[in-house]
Parts: sequence; structure tokens; C-alpha cells
Amino acid sequence: MPLKLPKPPIPDALNPRPKRPGDPTQGAKPVDIAKETGISAADWVDERLALTQPARWVMFRKIPRGTNWFYTLGSATMFAFLSQAVTGVFLAMYYRPDVAGGAYESIRHINDDVFLGQFVHGMHKWGSTVMVILICLHMARTFFFGAYKYPRELNWVIGVVLLILTFTMSFTGYLLPFDQRSYWATVVGVNINGTGPLVGPFLNDFLYGGPDFNATTLSRFYAIHMLLLPGVIAALIGAHLWLVMKHGTTAPPWLKPREHENGHAESEYAAVNGGNGRNGGNGSTNGGHS
Amino acid sequence: MAETPPEKKSKYTTDRRIPGAFEGETVTRRRVIGGSVQLFGATATAAFLLPSLGFAVAPLFQKHEPQWEKVGALADFPDDNYVPRVMTLNADIGEVGKTTVYLRRRNTEYDKEPADQYNQVVAISTRCMHLGCPVRFVRASARFICPCHGGVYGFDGMVDGGPPVRPLDRFYTEIRGADVYVGPRFSVNSELERFSPRYPGEELDGIGQYLYPSRPTARKLPGA
Repeated sequence: MPLKLPKPPIPDALNPRPKRPGDPTQGAKPVDIAKETGISAADWVDERLALTQPARWVMFRKIPRGTNWFYTLGSATMFAFLSQAVTGVFLAMYYRPDVAGGAYESIRHINDDVFLGQFVHGMHKWGSTVMVILICLHMARTFFFGAYKYPRELNWVIGVVLLILTFTMSFTGYLLPFDQRSYWATVVGVNINGTGPLVGPFLNDFLYGGPDFNATTLSRFYAIHMLLLPGVIAALIGAHLWLVMKHGTTAPPWLKPREHENGHAESEYAAVNGGNGRNGGNGSTNGGHS
Repeated sequence: MAETPPEKKSKYTTDRRIPGAFEGETVTRRRVIGGSVQLFGATATAAFLLPSLGFAVAPLFQKHEPQWEKVGALADFPDDNYVPRVMTLNADIGEVGKTTVYLRRRNTEYDKEPADQYNQVVAISTRCMHLGCPVRFVRASARFICPCHGGVYGFDGMVDGGPPVRPLDRFYTEIRGADVYVGPRFSVNSELERFSPRYPGEELDGIGQYLYPSRPTARKLPGA
């Protein structure tokens, strides 16, 4: 079956006109041949991956009326994460987690010597703040729009875990430049952690990798920051998005159910894909049924 | 939802007419094979997971031998004022492994706790007991003052004000000949009783010493 994607939203005049049947030039031009080849190559791949349906399910979803710019905060947070991931990979090519001066020196080298080094480092540094701000705004949007309610509670829980992991990323990343501010902020942060009763002192030993700040502390923080947490965060973002697609997005809370011509109230979630929207509220509209 | 409960299957494979069943056999081969595959998988996972976890948590149980460092002659230290000395807590990590210690000779006017071989010289740690910032001894007010959150300690390291939860940590000291040696750190409660080292922010009065237990990595000197 040939691929059939929805038409791009451009004016009709810009769309290529289909060839008339019987036109001798049909299929003969090199551009047509190239197009045919491309389509059959894509078909060959899709026949084996069968990704068209899932891709459509992901991309062409129905969304409720009243969807607005506030709904982009989650994607914005994800793009902030992607930016952190990409800049982080390239910073890791220069960074050296060496406590005895090497870490500070490698950051100095990135900032002062490497082409665009200060820019990429700055993107990573300020981007982390941007990500924290965006994730908090996204959480506030979800809360004030009531988008955490049934059946989306589990997605709220995943989101809270992502929030905590983002803070953990900020905390572990703060040590890496290894200047005075990094060092003392980490000492203070770890000691706050240590005031937890019973387990606090042992968590501190785990974070430090010993009874006090030592040679492995920085590499521990580095490994947690660049290996452990990004993987967990990426996996949880995947689960988060999958649940968003499965449940659909919610309508804004100020939206009233729309009256149909026959007097029946339309559920405000009627437009939500997949039939998982909350329909329980249908009967609550001041006796519209008669 | 069946109206009647499903017919109970016999536990014997022979009764269930499974080909090749043995007399008295109750476990099907499918279950044996399935169980073994899961067991192999669990073994393989444990084989890489347990050593890795052990590797990660091993520092929690590592014992550290007490280090003693010579900081000067006994005559260098007065008994009514502190002298700062930089000592090395961890030799592998350059500047980060060093700390300032304030030292003075024992003075019975201030030091009421019983004397023994470890406190003829009083060595006060500069680690603030609020959250671990470095305190500084201010001669004019005879107090230790923390730059971070306003912790203030008296001349003997007892809390005078601010958020710290216990007096400043101390170090064991020993006089060997004419020289002063500084050993490992210990923590004190508000009676200046010695405890094994605790992290800053952890109380030692009342039930504090049980809420924040001593760790295998950092113990008191035996007999101290």
C-alpha cells in the first residue's frame, strides 16, 4: 500500500497539480522518477517497520477546544532537556573529573580556549535554569488546569519524579566546574541531605563515596550527572509522553460544555482521542435533557 | 464470568493426558523449562548487578586508619588565643583535602572536661556545625563566626548563636616529645563529651546521637 500522508496546510495554488490521464509526459520526467523511487524506498522500509500507523497515532491526534499556548510548556521542557543533553555530550568531550585541579582547569580551558566553548558551556549552565523554570511552569499549568485528575494521576506521579530528577541533575551538575562556589554549595547541599534522621549519614557516605569529600566524590557526581540520570529521565519522558498520547490532553477548565442542536450537552472531552476522556460529567448540565 | 466454577484439573500430568507424562508427575515440562529460563535470567542479572551495587556502596563500610600530622612545637601555641594551622585530611586531592585547624594549649580556666592524653592541646575544626561552611576565629570578639548563615561559637567552640546544632568538632591531639600531633576528628555534644565524627547539621544532644548513628567509616579512637 502506498504511503498516504495528510496534505500540508498550504494554499491550493501551491500544491502540485495532478497530471491529466493520458498525458504523455506523466511519469517520464526525472523528477517524477525520483519521486517514485523515494516513495517506493519509503514503502520498502515501512513494510518492514510498520511505523506509519503508530506515527499517525502519535502525530495526528485530536485535541480539545480551547487548547492554547500554555499547553506547549511540556514540550518546551523537553526541548530544554534535549538542549542540555546535546550541549552536555560535547562538554563531556573536554571535561575531566579530576579533583586535584584538573576539573577546574578543564572548565577554564573550555571557557577560555575552545572555539565556542564559553557559548556551549553557557547554554548548558543557563539552560539548566531554563529547564527548572519551565518544568515548574508546566507543573503549575497541569495543576491549575486540573489536568492531573482521573485518569491522568499516574502521569502526574511520573512528572513529579521527573521534577525531582531535574533537581538532582541541577545539584550534581553544580559541583562539576569545581570552583569555590561549586565546592561549598555541594558541601552545604550534602550536609542538608545528612540531616535526614537515621539514613541521612549513610546517604552522605554514599554521595561522598567515603566519610568526607574525597578523590571519588567528583567522579561520582559526574557519573550520576551524565550517565545515570539522563537515561532515567529520557525513559521517563518517553513514558510521560506515551501516557499523554494515550489519554489525550484536557480542555481548559474555563470551557463550558457546548449545547448541541438537539439539546444534549456535548462532553467537553468529546474531542479527546481514544475514548478515554472523562464522560462522567455528562449528566450534570442543568437538566438539558428533556 | 462462568456460571459454574471451572472443572478442577488434576495435579497429575498423567490424568491430564499430557504426552510422555510419568506416573506421579505433577510439574509439567513447560513449567520446568519456563522456570529455568527465568532462573538463568535472574542469575545473569544478579551476576552483574550485585557486584556493581557492592562497588557503589563499598565506601560506606571502608575503615580508615587514623592519620597523625605534626603541626608544630608545643611552645608555638598559647593557652589564651588560637593559632591557625593548615593540615591535610586527604593527601590525594590537592587543595581540596586540606583544612584549617585552630589550636591552643589546654587552659583549665576554659576547659572543664576531664584531661587525658588527647586534649593537652585543644584543636578546633573550622567546619561549621550548621551545614559545613568554614568558620573563622575573630580575635576581637574571641568567637568563631561562619560566613554562610550566621553561626557564632564561643571561645571554646560552644554555640553562641545562629543555626548550628552542636559545638564545633575537635581533633585528637598528642604531645610527642616537644611536638604537637593532630589526629582524627571527633564530634562533641553540648557537654563536650566525645562522639565519633558526625556530619554537620546532626544533633548530638538528647536522642540526636541515636537519630544520627555513628558510621563504620568514621569511628572514635578506641579508649578515647
